[in-house]
Amino acid sequence: MKSRLWMVLMLVFILPGLLVTASCTKKGQKGPTVTEQYGQTTPQQPQRQEQMRPEGPETGAIDEEELARRRAEEARRRDMQVSREAFLNEHLYFPYDSSELSPRAQTKLRKKADWLRKNPGLTAIIEGHCDERGTTEYNLALGDRRAESVKIFLTNLGIAPTRLLTISYGEERPIDPGHSESAWAKNRRAQFVFE
Amino acid sequence: MRILIKILFCMWIIAGSLAGTALAQYDYIDIRNPSMRKIPLAVPPFQVIPEGSDIGARGAKLISQYLDFTAYFKIIDPGAFLIPPNRPIPDPENVNFSNWTPLGAELLITGNALAQGDLIDLELRLFDPFKQSLLLGKRYKGYARDLEKIIRRFCSEVIYHLTGHWGVFDSKIAFISNGTGNKEIYVCDFDGSNVRRLTTYDSITLNPAWSSDGKWMAYTSYAKGRPDLYIQNLRENRGTVVSKKGINIAPAWVPDGTDLAATLSFSGDQEIYLLSRQGQVIRKLTDRWGIDTSPTWSPDGKRFAFVSSRSGTPQIYIKEIDTGRVERLTYQGRYNTQPNWSPRGDRIAYSAMERGEINIHVIDVDTRTPVRLTYNSGKNESPTWSPDGSLIAFSTTREGGGEYRLYVMTAYGTDQRRLVKLPGEQTMPAWSPRITE
Repeated sequence: MKSRLWMVLMLVFILPGLLVTASCTKKGQKGPTVTEQYGQTTPQQPQRQEQMRPEGPETGAIDEEELARRRAEEARRRDMQVSREAFLNEHLYFPYDSSELSPRAQTKLRKKADWLRKNPGLTAIIEGHCDERGTTEYNLALGDRRAESVKIFLTNLGIAPTRLLTISYGEERPIDPGHSESAWAKNRRAQFVFE
Repeated sequence: MRILIKILFCMWIIAGSLAGTALAQYDYIDIRNPSMRKIPLAVPPFQVIPEGSDIGARGAKLISQYLDFTAYFKIIDPGAFLIPPNRPIPDPENVNFSNWTPLGAELLITGNALAQGDLIDLELRLFDPFKQSLLLGKRYKGYARDLEKIIRRFCSEVIYHLTGHWGVFDSKIAFISNGTGNKEIYVCDFDGSNVRRLTTYDSITLNPAWSSDGKWMAYTSYAKGRPDLYIQNLRENRGTVVSKKGINIAPAWVPDGTDLAATLSFSGDQEIYLLSRQGQVIRKLTDRWGIDTSPTWSPDGKRFAFVSSRSGTPQIYIKEIDTGRVERLTYQGRYNTQPNWSPRGDRIAYSAMERGEINIHVIDVDTRTPVRLTYNSGKNESPTWSPDGSLIAFSTTREGGGEYRLYVMTAYGTDQRRLVKLPGEQTMPAWSPRITE
């Protein structure tokens, strides 16, 4: 009676365990218990089935023309993204206590004007910023002048003033939190964001 | 009826003068003397009936603390007293002056109180032990929990008696702190106590300015995304927002008026305008291409000082309203901003940037002589006068880390000390007028 019970237990637990270990090819170590091995192997089975499935028929069905069109579209989108990021990330820098646009800033602004002409639906906000050296109220006024001088330059290039808003942050939003000459140079800037 | 009495007590501390006081004499403290010697003052614990109340010790300590803040006095250490320092003096009305003259106590304040439940009846006296005379006597009845208020009122009387001005005890200071991660307006009492937060915009909020009656505050906030000017009634929940194109900043209320000056740039140029409390533009006060900002009024409202870049660098100018005449005030240095006109009218405090430092200066309006008040202490900015013109609060980075703290000093630059201890940085203090409700 006792030995029959053992047999049944063997059949129930160990036999399926052996089967699974066999199908699993290599499994260097024997698991401590059979049930644990079950737990480890079960998720592998559907995975294998997926690998076996042949690749979808769609890929092969695309014709060359469509593929080229898609690539061009992708490239165009990437270009747009790059130029949009350049528009947003190429800041204009100012000398100390000045809102005058340097020749370099003017070159950048001509590029930005081109971009705005190519993207007629967009309204841009010009932010004026200062370094930390001055005092808060004066820097709010100075940041305002920086943003305003950028706006005037762009409207002189034919951008509608209604598409350009200005906002001065004075010294409240530095890009570089440092207190060095190079940090200040980075913080004396005008930059663009979209409304 | 009981409620009515309670309300009366809440609103007023009943005060009366005690008989036998001398006429006010201002020769004790000459506030115009920059090298003024501090007057030795002794404040023994009050006599309180019944015994066992802490009012006697607490009251004396408060008086010492408040009067010490003015920097007019040298508070004598109770350890040096010829009587037991922690025991009230035997007869507060008829003082034995020979206990005080050996200490050099030129002034003595005594108190005696009757405590009944939560009410107190307190008599306070100011003596001159050397002249053996009573200078000032006051009697106050009120709630024991209003002890601070009662003591402040008496200290105001003491300062008025000695200087002819009401002092700072009824004033508050608004300032900006970024402890929450955003710049918000906070308000504290004159000595930095009782700090409470006024705005909760979670934005950038700047430049608080008090109206002359202390009931209104104007400031700039980016709460709606742009630098707009808020004009707010502090007691009732009402006000206006001036939200013109460009900047709406640097408000300054006309003394004893309901209008205010502020810098607006809707025209494309930063000019100072006169606005009504409802936010309507009344007229343009400056008209010159370039930055014009940071107005501050003379106490009579006939002139205002402001910052202009018209000479090429930011400098301070004074404009007379009637004649329209503009005069340049500062010629030293290349960056002079943040003018603040003393409530006494004779001087203007401002901050001057030189060699990487910013320092507080005070310039005499008539002689045009500037005097520097801060040295070797990083950046010192945003000077604001106390309503009696005796003290200047400002922000400074002197404690290191480039972090701004609020400090206070005398009008002559002495007794520089920290005002509030809060997390974050504190900037832009604005000292209120005297607010007596």
